[in-house]
Amino acid sequence: MIETESLTKRFGGLTAVDNLTLKVNDGEVFGFLGPNGAGKTTTVRMLSCLISKTSGEARIAGYEVGKEADSLSIRKLIGFVPDNVGLYDDLSAYDNLDFYGKLYDCAEAQRKENIQRFLTMLGLWEKRDVMAGTFSKGMKQKLAIARALIHEPKLLFMDEPTANLDPESAKTVRDFILELKKEERTIFLNTHNLDEAQRICDRIGILRTKLIATGTPQELEKALSSGGGTRKTVVLLQEQATDAILAGVRKLPAVGSVTAEGNKLEVALGDPEKQNAAVVEAIVKAGGHIQSMTIVGASLEDVYLKLVKEGGGS
Amino acid sequence: MRLSKSRIIAAKDFKTFRKKKNIIYSLVVVPILIAVLIPGVIGYVALSAKNTSRMSPAELVVLLPAFLFFYVILGSYLSTPIASYTIAGEKVEKSLEPLLATPTTDSEILLGKGIAAFFPPLAAVLGGSALFMLLMNLATKGKLGYYYFPDWNSAIVILLLLPLALLMSVQMNVIISSRVTDIRSGQQLGGLTILPFAGLYVAGELNLINLGDTSNLLIIAGALVVVDVLLFFVSRATFRREEILTKWK
Repeated sequence: MIETESLTKRFGGLTAVDNLTLKVNDGEVFGFLGPNGAGKTTTVRMLSCLISKTSGEARIAGYEVGKEADSLSIRKLIGFVPDNVGLYDDLSAYDNLDFYGKLYDCAEAQRKENIQRFLTMLGLWEKRDVMAGTFSKGMKQKLAIARALIHEPKLLFMDEPTANLDPESAKTVRDFILELKKEERTIFLNTHNLDEAQRICDRIGILRTKLIATGTPQELEKALSSGGGTRKTVVLLQEQATDAILAGVRKLPAVGSVTAEGNKLEVALGDPEKQNAAVVEAIVKAGGHIQSMTIVGASLEDVYLKLVKEGGGS
Repeated sequence: MRLSKSRIIAAKDFKTFRKKKNIIYSLVVVPILIAVLIPGVIGYVALSAKNTSRMSPAELVVLLPAFLFFYVILGSYLSTPIASYTIAGEKVEKSLEPLLATPTTDSEILLGKGIAAFFPPLAAVLGGSALFMLLMNLATKGKLGYYYFPDWNSAIVILLLLPLALLMSVQMNVIISSRVTDIRSGQQLGGLTILPFAGLYVAGELNLINLGDTSNLLIIAGALVVVDVLLFFVSRATFRREEILTKWK
């Protein structure tokens, strides 16, 4: 759906996006993580044909970004939720959506149906005749999402859709994105929220002007672990950890370090999913009884912070 | 350029500012007030038999076209709050970004905004000037012995100068709106667009220019056409989506 190659944007002497090469597949939810000023919004604006690229190439569903003739076609097939909702406060929720439906050339019947459908899905149908200006932040955000979907776009750009929302509203928005995911829409999600990215996104890209890493959340966690990361298995025993148990576990070749505190063992491993069986065997052999085992990996947060820090230094 | 898109944008703007009471009041009240007040003053004060400094018919026919020119000033003045609201208002509400993300071109958006800011004041001023001419005719018939309005000059002022002045005001406001941060500043600066017309009116009153002369009116109209064309290119250059999103503050 989205392909970019060495996509670059400069504002005067400032490089906002540097040589971004990326591919987002059809029906994928792609999370774009990065600190403020990393170039996430600039990337989305370039891909939405709102601002021009300085160099490089980008294609949306085969249409070329930056080509005047393709710009309108691209804008027709995308939905856009900006970081500022930008609703018309003096228009009702219904009229806000109706206006955009008309601009996207939705037939009247389809427009009416979609307005009802999306407002209902987002819990705003009862408020359809209320002025958008009186809505809470969460309601406005939901309305902005409904607006972006009014023409049923194949690709949805969302620029930090849960930023500044209370936990309940943020959850509603996240759940709605998950619903959209089921409809196999392609979603490009700019976010600061690592937990959100981990829960919603199929793949994640970490940007700090340059694209630092891409992969599934699991792949990114694994990549950090294999590079000297911090994944470990926490074992709770039914008894205190004995010297025999510690020695048995330490003998295993895959084990990096072992620490014990009461009945809790922390075993550093390169690939816990594969190596835990050997740990279990060693503990049982040494006479231990296992209550529970938990893999505590490098979290996405660890990955993000490490990569952004390294990326910043480069 | 698809006019349908501009019409949709204009219709939305009409709907939005219909709820702005100050805009509606100024559109309705000011033209009517002037239409009633000036003939009232002329009819019942200047031409009253009790008034010793009564105007002669010769003085009246100099004064009347200048009064009509007042509606050119008014048109320019009334378009300012709407034009400021349609552009600077979108900027303040940050609603331009999602609008620009729709499959509409800059020209279609600009035209839609222009239509929204152009036609309501035009309709209000046309209505007001028609009422003015009617009341002024009634007020001066006794003195002049004929109905002064309409004449060719009034047709030129109302049907040619007024739309051209309005167009100039709308375009000036688009340019001003791109440089201000709030609607109020836009309106205050936009209000300055009446200055050239106010200057002409004063010059007319001071007999520096004869606003009852057809060739003078046509020269002013010609100058306005040139200014409008120039402003079109300037406002078109100002209203570029990349500039709006990255430089408009």
